Amino acid sequence: MSGPSISTGQPFLFTAENRERAERIIARYPKGRQHSAVIPLLDLAQRQNGGWLSHEAIAYVAELLQMAPMRALEVATFYTMFNLKPVGKHLIQVCRTTPCWLRGSDELTHACLSKLGVGMKEVTPDGLFSVMEVECLGACVNAPVVQVNDDLYEDLDPARMEALIEAFARGEKPPHGSQTGRMNSAPEGTWTTLIETVPAAGDD
Amino acid sequence: MLHDRDRIFTNLFGQDDWRLAAARRRGVWDDTKSLILRGRDAIIDEVKKSDLRGRGGAGFPTGLKWSFMPKQSDGRPSFLVVNADESEPGTCKDRDILRFDPHRLLEGCLVAGFAMGASACYIYIRGEFYNEASNVQLAIDEAYEAGLIGKNACGSGYDYDIYLHRGAGAYICGEETALLESLEGKKGMPRLKPPFPAAVGLYGCPTTVNNVETIAVVPTILRRGVDWWLGIGRPKNTGTKIFCISGHVNKPCNVEEAMGIPLRELIDRHAGGVRGGWDNLLAVIPGGSSVPCLPKPICDEVLMDFDSLREVKSGLGTAAVIVMDKSTDIIAAIARLSHFYMHESCGQCTPCREGTGWMWRMMERLVRGEAVPEEIDVLLQVAGEVEGHTICALGDAAAWPVQGLIRHFRPELERRIAESRSLRRAAE
Repeated sequence: MSGPSISTGQPFLFTAENRERAERIIARYPKGRQHSAVIPLLDLAQRQNGGWLSHEAIAYVAELLQMAPMRALEVATFYTMFNLKPVGKHLIQVCRTTPCWLRGSDELTHACLSKLGVGMKEVTPDGLFSVMEVECLGACVNAPVVQVNDDLYEDLDPARMEALIEAFARGEKPPHGSQTGRMNSAPEGTWTTLIETVPAAGDD
Repeated sequence: MLHDRDRIFTNLFGQDDWRLAAARRRGVWDDTKSLILRGRDAIIDEVKKSDLRGRGGAGFPTGLKWSFMPKQSDGRPSFLVVNADESEPGTCKDRDILRFDPHRLLEGCLVAGFAMGASACYIYIRGEFYNEASNVQLAIDEAYEAGLIGKNACGSGYDYDIYLHRGAGAYICGEETALLESLEGKKGMPRLKPPFPAAVGLYGCPTTVNNVETIAVVPTILRRGVDWWLGIGRPKNTGTKIFCISGHVNKPCNVEEAMGIPLRELIDRHAGGVRGGWDNLLAVIPGGSSVPCLPKPICDEVLMDFDSLREVKSGLGTAAVIVMDKSTDIIAAIARLSHFYMHESCGQCTPCREGTGWMWRMMERLVRGEAVPEEIDVLLQVAGEVEGHTICALGDAAAWPVQGLIRHFRPELERRIAESRSLRRAAE
């Protein structure tokens, strides 16, 4: 196995805790169907490895699941959430698809890159940040949105984006979700639905 | 307009707690045993009579789909797989069910799985929905703990397991057979059909793949009755639907409304209207990125359901309404979608792998006005070569937005080309 993955020259092994997690994940699938666990285990390996998958990590997962290393590499290269190169501690993924673009995603990307002084997918010298554009994140009524590691930050503009970056740089973890204070996917201000007091759906 | 008392997703905005106790207060898991005791055939019959159509985009009749599952097992187990890989640009409805009403989904998984004779259910959720997956997993744990699923689910005598599976970023996995490949630990490349999943699906076993919203509405249909459901919407386009209204509106939001609500009413009533007023509307993509856009004159009158939108050569899709006002560069807006499909093509079929790239590059030339007028027809030809010539519908989905643009905005494309030509000439 070679090609797109980078070798660290260091062996990769799950921690005892992750080994246990891996066993629990494998148990979700029928006996003999352990290959089904390849995506969850690559995800676990990526988390343990600081946000990216090395050649050794992919090979380790393949061995654990008794699958050809090539099959695991195929999966690691096919799915966009697997990073095959080191990323910043805070990986900022700006949604670039039309619903976010209509509401200013290009300005968010620009704000991120210029604030951090990096190019696309470059890691800042302190290792704290990297920025990439991604396709639709599935939070379109809260556009524009970015995902930072596991969390979606919604209803952004360049100023709010910069404030977010500053908060992360200070070591804070700002609350995710809408950054304008509206409740999730509800309309801003007065609601037009879910305002009557109604009996539970099963009561009539 | 739909009354709150007829809304199923009463915690759509997450204003209430999502855990079991609160879900029970909202009517979820209320005597689910009695629904199961009605029997497999009765449940499928009710769902057929309700004319429920799949909420994931294609609008296939749900009850009919379930009836393709084997009545008697030949020794293989059957599976229900829930498609929670919500990735269609514009769409963010399943996300709210997953994070704020996971028990409503789980109850649907049990009832639907029982009706089709499944022994287990896998919920395939897109990897980016990490916090949503976390809520669903905790809800699954609660449901096991309370005896609602697992051995003797709800005291019905029926054994049923539900597992959560997270994906890792691939739009194509929303296609049902690509999803099954992915769930088996492979690249998400769609399978040739037939055989259909109901015959050969997950691990070679009979499988039905349904969208989150489709499954989540089933228990309420059974409780409140088919007549209630049929009373909402129009014939063959029945019931309630979650709409996602994004883009150039004053108050983007999700809302559960009656099928067949006029598009204009949907936007004006719930999303605070088009930015700058209705007359400032340029076009709407009414059902997620895959369906052709509609110019304002059609938007003035059209109803939001499967058949009304098909009549105007578009589609309800996932009911994700992307609104564009007159400030929009519509060519660039569609070019973005072409980029999306190029990025998401799995590469298996040549017309899609190559054609999505060609369409994007030609769209970019049109955005910049570098194209010659004849290229519009070449683009249309390329779109036609992709459409209908691929294993799955991604090729069609890539072609339709481009075709919709040319159908309704050809003069704008021609104007852009002429303008940039005269600019270039002036510069020379």
